[in-house]
Amino acid sequence: MVKLDEIQKRLIREIADLHEVPAGAYNFRANSALAGRNTTANIDIVSKENGSGIDIHIKPGTVHESVHIPVVLSESGLKETVYNDFFVGEDSDVVIVAGCGIDNCGNQDSEHDGIHRFYVGKNAKVKYVEKHYGSGDGQGKRILNPVTEVYMEEGSTMEMEMVQIKGVDSTERTTIAELNQNARLVVRERLMTHGTQRALSVYKVVLQGENSSADIVSRSIARDKSYQKLDACIVGNAPCKGHTECDSIIMDEGTILAVPSLEAHHVDASLVHEAAIGKIAGEQLIKLMTLGLTEKQAEEEIINGFLA
Amino acid sequence: MLELKNISFTVDSEGAEKEIIRDLKLTVEDRKLVVITGPNGGGKSSLAKLIAGVEKPSEGRILLDGQDITDLSITERAQMGIAFAFQQPVRFKGIQVITLLRIAAGKQLSVSEACSYLSEVGLCARDYIHREVNASLSGGELKRIEIATVMARQSRLTVFDEPEAGIDLWSFQNLIRIFEAMRSNIRDSSMIIISHQERILNIADEIAVLTDGRIEQFGSRDEMLPKLIGTDAAQDACSRLK
Repeated sequence: MVKLDEIQKRLIREIADLHEVPAGAYNFRANSALAGRNTTANIDIVSKENGSGIDIHIKPGTVHESVHIPVVLSESGLKETVYNDFFVGEDSDVVIVAGCGIDNCGNQDSEHDGIHRFYVGKNAKVKYVEKHYGSGDGQGKRILNPVTEVYMEEGSTMEMEMVQIKGVDSTERTTIAELNQNARLVVRERLMTHGTQRALSVYKVVLQGENSSADIVSRSIARDKSYQKLDACIVGNAPCKGHTECDSIIMDEGTILAVPSLEAHHVDASLVHEAAIGKIAGEQLIKLMTLGLTEKQAEEEIINGFLA
Repeated sequence: MLELKNISFTVDSEGAEKEIIRDLKLTVEDRKLVVITGPNGGGKSSLAKLIAGVEKPSEGRILLDGQDITDLSITERAQMGIAFAFQQPVRFKGIQVITLLRIAAGKQLSVSEACSYLSEVGLCARDYIHREVNASLSGGELKRIEIATVMARQSRLTVFDEPEAGIDLWSFQNLIRIFEAMRSNIRDSSMIIISHQERILNIADEIAVLTDGRIEQFGSRDEMLPKLIGTDAAQDACSRLK
């Protein structure tokens, strides 16, 4: 049984597209307490003894299964740090959906700092989806500071989709990854800030093993007076391939800092970075207006496409 | 019917006023394909932008079916049925071809309806429908998608600004076929194509020659074409190779 009120259910829909209890393993956390859990024959979820989080154990060879671990905060003034450790067995192929939604109608800040560590076994395949969302019209801030650590064994693959497009006042996101031989990491980050929000996103990806590869693409939009800093670093310690791309649209009085960096310690490390910041091109708006949209509708279409 | 009445258009060029279009008069009747040719720098693209509302004339009035549209915005003109194909089609990161076609049609086109527009411009619809309209498309592909979006609008008046620009000769042959098909399905609408390609002039009902911001000559194709062949106003497809 999952015990959630209406606000919490709405947050869950925003962050995990869930309208009902999902199939497979799940762990729902609401206002710092367990709200529901399910395990399967292959996926076990256990609370840490000191109460600081959960361990998720995925048996070797588990395929076509999913784990949902949404977190919602709907009380003002909550502050929590949670450690979730994922042990993904060899040769498994799973989807992990995380995400945090905060509704803060009060005057005190609400903060969730989730530390996710992934130990991805040999030849395992993981798709990880993480969405962050904030709502509520109180004075209290909605703060999310996720840390994601990924340790990838030989031949493993991890695809990460990280989305934060609404309502989070302050975020400091850190992603660290270490890849062994033939491991492959793909990251797609989508970020939109508005109002006076601040978002920092830092990546440090170390390509340790031969023939490992990483592709990190961040698309972001800074509106109003918001501030973003995107700092993506790839380190190549072996024959490897790394690509990082920070592509941003700046609007209103927004500020964007893009700091892509590369560090090579091997002559056969092939690393590329790209960074671009620009406003919405006038000709894009004009084109969509000649198709019958108003300027505002045209702007929304361009933003929706860019963040799709 | 489109009427351009005494249109002038000036731009600010390094502090001095430069007149691009001068007291121009032109009428485009319904069910007609009018090709506007003339030397580079003669004001052809500016004229196309004035009709679409991208630029505003400094003097004169523009009428569509008798209604004065001079002060209407790009959006309002589009909603009245003016379609405009850009000389350099615009790229959009993240926006898929099907989304652009849906915006153009102003309704939720089904995938098969959207595909039919792509097939008309000679693109294998299945390969393109979910492609992003971004830098991965070639100039020729982008041009065809541009034309497909204009077709999806089912407009009263369609303006093409140098559709042959930026495409290879092979695509150009196909482009002519597309325009021929559009001409035969013109019904009650009308078309303006800005071009100095002989093969496009060849499918016109009427031809206007725009020189130094004025319509220097105007007449039916049969009357105009013999005068223009061999001049810069009617270039053959290979002229770019010479």
